[in-house]
Amino acid sequence: MTRLLGTADDRLPLARVDGRLIETIHQAGLVGRGGAGFSTAIKWRAVAERSRRNAVIVVNGAEGEPRSQKDRLLMATRPHLILDGAFIAARVLKARRIVLYIGEAHESARQAMLRALGQRDEPERGLVSFAAAPARYVAGAEMAAIHFLNEGIATPTTTAPYPFERGVDGAPTLVQNVETLARVALIARGTPADTALLTLAGAVRQPGVVEVPFGTTLGEAVRLGGGATEAPRGVLVGGYFGSWMEPGEAWPAALGQLRLGCGVIGVLPASRCPVCETAGIMRYLASESSAQCGPCFFGLRALADASSHIAERGSSADDLRRLQRWATDVRGRGACKHPDGAVMFLASALTVFANEFAQHEAHDAREVRRSA
Amino acid sequence: MSKSVMLTIDRIKCDGRGLCAELLPELIRLDDWGYPIIASGTVPDHLLPLAQRAVDDCPVLALALRRAERKQ
Repeated sequence: MTRLLGTADDRLPLARVDGRLIETIHQAGLVGRGGAGFSTAIKWRAVAERSRRNAVIVVNGAEGEPRSQKDRLLMATRPHLILDGAFIAARVLKARRIVLYIGEAHESARQAMLRALGQRDEPERGLVSFAAAPARYVAGAEMAAIHFLNEGIATPTTTAPYPFERGVDGAPTLVQNVETLARVALIARGTPADTALLTLAGAVRQPGVVEVPFGTTLGEAVRLGGGATEAPRGVLVGGYFGSWMEPGEAWPAALGQLRLGCGVIGVLPASRCPVCETAGIMRYLASESSAQCGPCFFGLRALADASSHIAERGSSADDLRRLQRWATDVRGRGACKHPDGAVMFLASALTVFANEFAQHEAHDAREVRRSA
Repeated sequence: MSKSVMLTIDRIKCDGRGLCAELLPELIRLDDWGYPIIASGTVPDHLLPLAQRAVDDCPVLALALRRAERKQ
């Protein structure tokens, strides 16, 4: 069943929509597909209550998650559907401005959106402007997008105020992932939002984007990508802010029961060392801290160092204790969720790969650095 | 209805000077890098004056007392 991919990017006359659509979105159970998984209806309601015909819609196509491909693919293949979602949001929320916030590296996606916009009519077309999201992990976070559009700096800011209170230009602002907006357009046409876009990565025969119904199991989804190339040791569900699972638990799990985050499913083969892989991802997440909050900047760096020590020099009880303690200490102590995502990812690694972390032997440093 | 307030911190402003943990060790400890970890929950009445002093003395005005959000 495909709803988003493999079908023509048809342009239907915009559905007649009003505030009642929010209830329909609520009934459909739609949650954000950018990563946080927050209820779309609640987000819309908050903006609708405050908009004095001045709301701003930020169409979030930053897609800074390293392995994720689905947002750029959707922008490249269904630009009209995404625009429909944005225009519907603008009508329902009485917005005066739409910003297409697209990752600066996603050139073909930007071109496709630009082309589609050129085929649209006024007054809708006149609402829209483009902005290039910097290629940083945190640039796709709501507050970072707003900070960038207001001041040219793509780092998160302290909440409150929240985007729905004071966002772009100080106006109530909806920041919504491109896939989520495409789902809204489908819901407005009467099509259920019962599929998910996943990016299959790692030890999969055909890595890339697949669309699957929520009832699908992870195992079936990975089989759509030709299956694993070899026996897997772990499955990372939800990208770098996600959680590791044992393959035996992951394969029978239905997508609807999982926190899919941005939809990246990473398969780690048994031939790769999970400790080295985890350490590599922790170093990446530490380097992507926007360095504004001490617990995130120093904490993630310390966690990356401690996991790299284990990877490079072998297990030590001290390093393991530090990892556990710091992972607990850092959580919830940043202006944004970057440190939380990183320590939740690490905590899942320490659980699923507990034996490997406890019995790791020193690996060649070059081998360690190569991973991830 | 009693005044239920909690300590909040602006993590971007906070510089890890550590004064708050000196003034209010009952509720605030420092992590390994010198940044405050605040005990969860509301501030007990008998600690309110000390909490207010920690707020007033924060050199970068990162610490604040806010009315606790009531979940219904």
